[in-house]
This record gives sequence, C-alpha cells and structure tokens, in this order.
Amino acid sequence: MSHLMAAEEGASPLIPNGWEILITALGFVILLYVVIKFIAPTFEKIYQDRKEAIEGGLAKAEKAQAEAAAARDEYNQQLESARLEAQKIREEARGEGEKILAEFKERASSEAARITENAQKTIDAERSAALVSLRTEVGTLATELAGKIVGEALDDDQRSQRVVDRFLSDLEASQQRNAGASR
Amino acid sequence: MLETGLVVAAFTPPTVEDMHLPPFFEIGSFAFGKQMLLVLVSVIVVAALFLFAARRRAMVPGRWQFAGEMGYGFIRNSLAKDLIGVHEFKPFVPVLFTCFYFILVNNLWGSIPVLQLPSFSHVGAAYFLAAFAYVFWVGVGIKRKGLGGFMKSMTMPSGVPWFFYIILIPIEFFSNLIVRPVTHALRLFATMFAGHLAIMVAASLTGFLIADMGGIGYGVSIFSGIFGIFLFFLELLIQVIQAYVFTLLFAVYLQGAVAEAH
Repeated sequence: MSHLMAAEEGASPLIPNGWEILITALGFVILLYVVIKFIAPTFEKIYQDRKEAIEGGLAKAEKAQAEAAAARDEYNQQLESARLEAQKIREEARGEGEKILAEFKERASSEAARITENAQKTIDAERSAALVSLRTEVGTLATELAGKIVGEALDDDQRSQRVVDRFLSDLEASQQRNAGASR
Repeated sequence: MLETGLVVAAFTPPTVEDMHLPPFFEIGSFAFGKQMLLVLVSVIVVAALFLFAARRRAMVPGRWQFAGEMGYGFIRNSLAKDLIGVHEFKPFVPVLFTCFYFILVNNLWGSIPVLQLPSFSHVGAAYFLAAFAYVFWVGVGIKRKGLGGFMKSMTMPSGVPWFFYIILIPIEFFSNLIVRPVTHALRLFATMFAGHLAIMVAASLTGFLIADMGGIGYGVSIFSGIFGIFLFFLELLIQVIQAYVFTLLFAVYLQGAVAEAH
C-alpha cells in the first residue's frame, strides 16, 4: 500500500501551478495575436480573391453571352430589314417597269398616230398640189389644144381663163349629167 | 502482497509526480519546466506552419497552401460558420482557430516520443484556456444583449410557464454559468491526464516485466506492450477529438451568446 500512499501524498492534480497558467496564457495570447494579425487576414484574403476571381469570370462570361445575344438580335434585325428593303425595291422596280412600259406604249401609239396624221397631211397636200398643177396643166393643154383646133390665138389671159373655166364647168356639168344618166 | 515466489521485485506504478519532471531551471519561485517549454514551442509550430502555408497567397494553391487552407477552412467553415451562423461568425474565426490548433498541437505532444507530455495534462493550462473562453463568450453575450438581456437568455428559456422559472432560473444559472467553464476545463484536462497516466502505467509495467521479472515476465510483457500500443493510438485519437470538442463547445457557447432569443 505504500506506493498508493505516496501517490496520495503528492499534490492533487487539480491544483494548478501558477507559472504554468501564466506561460500557457502568454503562449496562447501570442498565438492569438499572430493569428488575428497575420494568419486569419491572409487566408480570408485568399478566399476573397478567389471568390472575386470566380465571380468576375462568371460575370465576364455572362457579359460575353449577353453581347453575343445582342449581336445575334441585331444581325437578325438587319437581315429582316434587308429582306423588307429588297422586297420594297423589287416592288418598286416592278411598278417602275410597268410605268415605263405603259409610257412606251403610249408614246409608240402617239408616234404612230402622229406619223399617220403626217402621212395623211402629206397625201392631202400632194393631192391638192397635184389637183392644182393638174388643173393648170390641163387648162394649158386644153387651151393650147383648143387654140390649135380653133385656130384662134387665145393670147389674152383673161379670155383664155374664162374659156377654160367655161370649158371646165361644161366638163363638170357633162360629168354630172353622165353620172345622173348612168344612175 | 501474495507470496507467489514469482514476484522478485515490487512494481511501483508511476504517479502524478512522474508527470512533473524536475524543472530545467529555476529563478526564485519560477521553475521553467517541460510543460512550459512545450507550450511555447507549440506557439511557434502553429504560427510557423500556417504562416509558411500562406506565404504565397496564390490563387491556385500549392501543396502547403492547400493544406493550410484546409486547416483554416475546417475551423472557419465547418465549425464557426455552421455553428454561429453565416452573418455572425466572421469575428470569432481567429479565436476559434487559435484555440483548436493550440490545443491540438499541445495534445499531440503527448504522442511524440521523447516530448511525450500533453500540455493540458497539467491542469493550469486547461484552467487558463477554459477561463479565457468563459470570459470571452460571456463578454460577447453581455456586449450584445446587455447584462440583463444576457442573464435572461442564459437563465430563462422561452416558452416555459412562468411558475417553472422558480426552479429553472437557479438550475439554468448553475448549469450555464458555473458548470460550463468547470466542465470545459476538466474535460480537456482529465482526458489528457488520464490518457497520459494510462500510457505511462502500461509502458512502465512493460519495462518492469522485462527488466525485473524475467522468465514469465517476458511473456506477460507482450500483452502489456500491445495494450500500451493500443492505448497510444487510442490516446492519439482522443487528443485530436478533445481539441475539436473544446473548440466546438466554445463555438456553441459563442452561438448562445450571439443568438437572438427565440
């Protein structure tokens, strides 16, 4: 039993050594200071930096995606507007073509009318000219002929004119008579 | 003692005295012993390891930094953040971190040959740390809620009929404000003390069986030796667990101090 007694004789393990308390306190406080001052801020900063880097990357990706979507929308819009534009141009061109065609048709027909008219006029003029010249020539020829036949110089213009007129009216009268007879 | 004839020498088991080796030096009443040296070395070890791990502050951590971040994140995220709450935990991370690694390294001294003395098997160290934790969390509680509000939150659990308070207030006061720090200190001290003592007994018994018994002692020593090794690993486990438990309880007390009454 002696050894058991010896154990009991020693100081109770629950009685602290004051110096040990002091040294433990000192050590703990020093470590706490180092942790608060250096270790914790460093690790917090590492976490924060990493979080920011990841969030920054995500934000950047999101931004790029939004930009791409915007570009695609713009492109689609442009495509649509280009399509509309093309359709408009096509319609315009068609209208224009029709207008030009109509104009040409009109112009051609008016030209044709004008040409016809001109031709008519020329014909008329030529006919009247021919009529006049024929009348004069026929008069002259007839006068000459009559002169020769009558043997009478019909130099006096006035008289010859009168003779021609009388002859012509006689001619016309005979023609009318003939026409009336033949009817 | 029975006279068996086999007992040629009496086995003297190690005592508490054997846990207090003679001091390295003395200045007046100040005796600088092994426990004190180990405490101071633990400060250097913890500080150096984490400062070294964090020296580069790299975005992509190296092996050391990764380990350091794991060690820091363990206390920060799975202990402080989960227990105290996302909005409140930040200011308490350093003190919990210091607590855990200070205790862990000091406990592990008990499993390192030659050093082989858990600092908290000397009760003074455990008293100090529990007292520090007590003053800290009570201080935080009084600062947050005022003395009246803190006392109310500690002694008057809500949702209880008023007449129960006659019994509850003394009980709650006793258990929360008096027993807590004592058990906080003694749990750490007792596990370290008992574990260390058990290993000492097993080891010295093995030594005694081999050296002083001879014959049958050699055979028996195998069992006590194996038992000692088993105790060693058990103690290693307990050393880690107790460091965690102490810090965990500290965080729980802090949570109680900052939590709004509900």
